[in-house]
Amino acid sequence: MALDELRLEFSDEQAMLAESAREFLRDKCTTEQVREWMGLSTGYHTALWQEMAQLGWMGIALPEEHGGSGLSAGALVTVVETMGRYLLASPFLATTMAAQLLDQAGNNSQREQWLPAIAAGECIATVALAPADGAWLPEHTGVTATRKGKGWRLEGRKSGVLELAFADLVLVSADTDKGPAVFALSREDIPYTAIEREYLVDETRRSYRMDCDGIRLGNDALLAGGDSAAAIRDTHALGWLLVGAELTGVADGVFSLMLEYLKTRTQFGKTIGSYQALKHPTVDIMGQIENSRGLMQQAATVFDGANGESEVAARMLKAYAGDTAAFATDRAVQFHGAFGFTWECDVQLYFRRATWARHVFGDALHHRARLAELLLGEHNGES
Amino acid sequence: MAQDKQHVSREERDKFAQKVSAWLKANIPSKPDFRLPLTFMEIDNRAQFEYLRDWQQQVYEAGYLGMSWPEEYGGGGMPQVYQDIVTREMARLQAPFMINAIGLSWAGPTILKLGTEAQKKRYIKKILSAEEIWCQGFSEPENGSDLGNARTRAVRDGDSYVINGSKIWTSQAEYAAHMILIARTDPAAPNKYAGLSFFLAPMDVPGIDIRRIRKMTGEYGFAQTFFDDARIPADTLVGEEGQGWSVAMAVLAFERGAALGQAGGNIMSVISARDLVQTAGKSRRDGRPALADMRIREQLVQCMIEERCLRLNRQRGRDPRLLTPGREFAPMLMSKLQGSEYMRRMAAFAVSLQGGQAPLYVDDTQALDDGMWQRQHMNSYSATIGGGTSEIQRNIIGERLLGLGKG
Ligand SMILES: Cc1cc2nc3c(=O)[nH]c(=O)nc-3n(C[C@H](O)[C@H](O)[C@H](O)COP(=O)(O)OP(=O)(O)OC[C@H]3O[C@@H](n4cnc5c(N)ncnc54)[C@H](O)[C@@H]3O)c2cc1C
Repeated sequence: MALDELRLEFSDEQAMLAESAREFLRDKCTTEQVREWMGLSTGYHTALWQEMAQLGWMGIALPEEHGGSGLSAGALVTVVETMGRYLLASPFLATTMAAQLLDQAGNNSQREQWLPAIAAGECIATVALAPADGAWLPEHTGVTATRKGKGWRLEGRKSGVLELAFADLVLVSADTDKGPAVFALSREDIPYTAIEREYLVDETRRSYRMDCDGIRLGNDALLAGGDSAAAIRDTHALGWLLVGAELTGVADGVFSLMLEYLKTRTQFGKTIGSYQALKHPTVDIMGQIENSRGLMQQAATVFDGANGESEVAARMLKAYAGDTAAFATDRAVQFHGAFGFTWECDVQLYFRRATWARHVFGDALHHRARLAELLLGEHNGES
Repeated sequence: MAQDKQHVSREERDKFAQKVSAWLKANIPSKPDFRLPLTFMEIDNRAQFEYLRDWQQQVYEAGYLGMSWPEEYGGGGMPQVYQDIVTREMARLQAPFMINAIGLSWAGPTILKLGTEAQKKRYIKKILSAEEIWCQGFSEPENGSDLGNARTRAVRDGDSYVINGSKIWTSQAEYAAHMILIARTDPAAPNKYAGLSFFLAPMDVPGIDIRRIRKMTGEYGFAQTFFDDARIPADTLVGEEGQGWSVAMAVLAFERGAALGQAGGNIMSVISARDLVQTAGKSRRDGRPALADMRIREQLVQCMIEERCLRLNRQRGRDPRLLTPGREFAPMLMSKLQGSEYMRRMAAFAVSLQGGQAPLYVDDTQALDDGMWQRQHMNSYSATIGGGTSEIQRNIIGERLLGLGKG
């Protein structure tokens, strides 16, 4: 089994980020807070967002010349994992993905226009990638852009657009006659009627459908700094990595909750954790969480978008961490008995977050099927 | 057990790896005309034994075994990374495994950790050279998982202990020069653990009788060992009388990979998901390649992911920052459980994907990979049962690491 070494590194900066994220979110993002923010229309707390910006989180993986720290995208995982662990809902995921996409596909003036504001926490950004039917394939944009005079006209619909109703910047992928492209839309470009809220299993998240029909854009809205098709694929890959990290954190968070209950709840004169029907799956869950963390650390080490080993590692993470979070949240409900079935018990928050996160940017089945093509070759069934 | 105090540069490591790999390629013995066992628990006959013993001896003489063990006892006194490279290269080049596994991986490190100076001088070098094979006398017919309840008696008589009782499932008993033996010296002790003592018992004294036991694969590999007034020297005791349980726990930590200090070298033949994919590439189901079947493809990928997890967890131990705060030992403690359960599932799957060829066994001319997977499927239980069953592992991890109540 022991074959060649896999690349697995961890920088001091990552360690520091992990530490500070843990301390910060443990104190500020209790589940009482999460429940309170859940009731806000935007779903997040602006003062906390500002504090996160002051900690430098929005600029972790942005270039230094645009106000960031210049770390690799892989450095984001420790923070995102911790956000999952404490169930933070914030525009961090959407803003980070948009920032990376803009950095990769935008030209200098587009980068200069948005990135410093993003790094400072003054700009909420998001990506509109998935088509109306929610397909996970990067090639499926669901929107076409045609030239109209000096500008562009969009047609089609998007789904799963996080934070759309209050985002300052929305990056929309679309097909043009020259292939896939990305457009940068400001708030004024999107009519109020084009936005429809999606009601998610996870009530802490804000997600929307977007009707792009008839949206007109100037030519400067087109991101013109690089290979947009590749940038779209790489942004999906970033989604696999970051949501995979979030799922790892969600699994670990619900695991702590469950462990505490197994040690305190007694029945038949014993703590319920002393019963093997509960103890043994609990050990297996812990093992799977450790496995997910290994995959996450490795995917972060080699992350380079949807290419080669990076693609394999990120897909493995998303698939495995999704299954792990499903297993952990499923057993957490059951092991809490009827209390686990209540609104009051925090398990439901993790359960719902896991359900959301498992099914955005590809579920486990989807990624294993793609991995099969990557690792086993395509097979048409003949031969 | 020299620690990695000196840093060894990547250049130096690569250079060394090349040297080792060249040596292995030149020296790995050609495949014999008989079937080789897959693990040290499956030595069926003397021809297999001698082939593997000679290979271990050759590896030791080349300086590639016990490289981090102290020089004064026969080791190499070098940083651990060199041995790790050798072990990895041996696995990669599918070198035959090191037969004296019990000596190299658990008796040896235990002696180095807890033995007397005289014991270290007496035993260590011959463990490495395979001149003396070791076996393990822990399990008894009535006390398996409940090892602490062992009944085999050891009674002090002058310079000897007199042993009576029986051990069972003793791997390699018929080839062994010594046994790590757990026996009861004080039946009246306040609790069952306190009455146990630990010995490095010679196997060639009168009063020891070995009866081979046939395994489900049809091969031999372990035995029942009977002690009838067998006299062993008192200086084979490790630690004090009554400390046997804590010595046994140290042995089990080495055995389960929860503690480091093993001599190195691969102790099983290495089977990986790559082999599984190759088998899938050769097998056909209803006239179509198994590799074209979506359900099979998915499970193959799942195996590849799980195997990567095992590898990553081993690597994570090297940088403490990669470990989870509060359960830093989790990957190590889980390695035996996860590794053995993975191998069992993988082997079962490898058989099941073979379609109409799945029922064929090792002597059939049409069996895929000479029936290796069918044999491996049965043998895989040796690791989910031996060394403490998977259920016992889950108890231990749940109670010690996670702090769950005792059952
Ligand atoms: C191939 C092989 C090689 C071996 N080599 C050696 C050797 O060299 N030396 C040696 O000393 N021993 C050896 N063993 C023995 C091995 O250590 C024991 O088989 C093992 O410890 C289990 O003991 P048992 O077989 O008596 O099963 P039992 O203890 O009777 O267990 C039967 C079943 O009950 C379960 N069980 C028992 N107690 C509990 C509990 N508290 N909670 C939950 N489930 C429980 C077990 O998991 C198992 O499934 C070997 C075994 C095998 C298979």
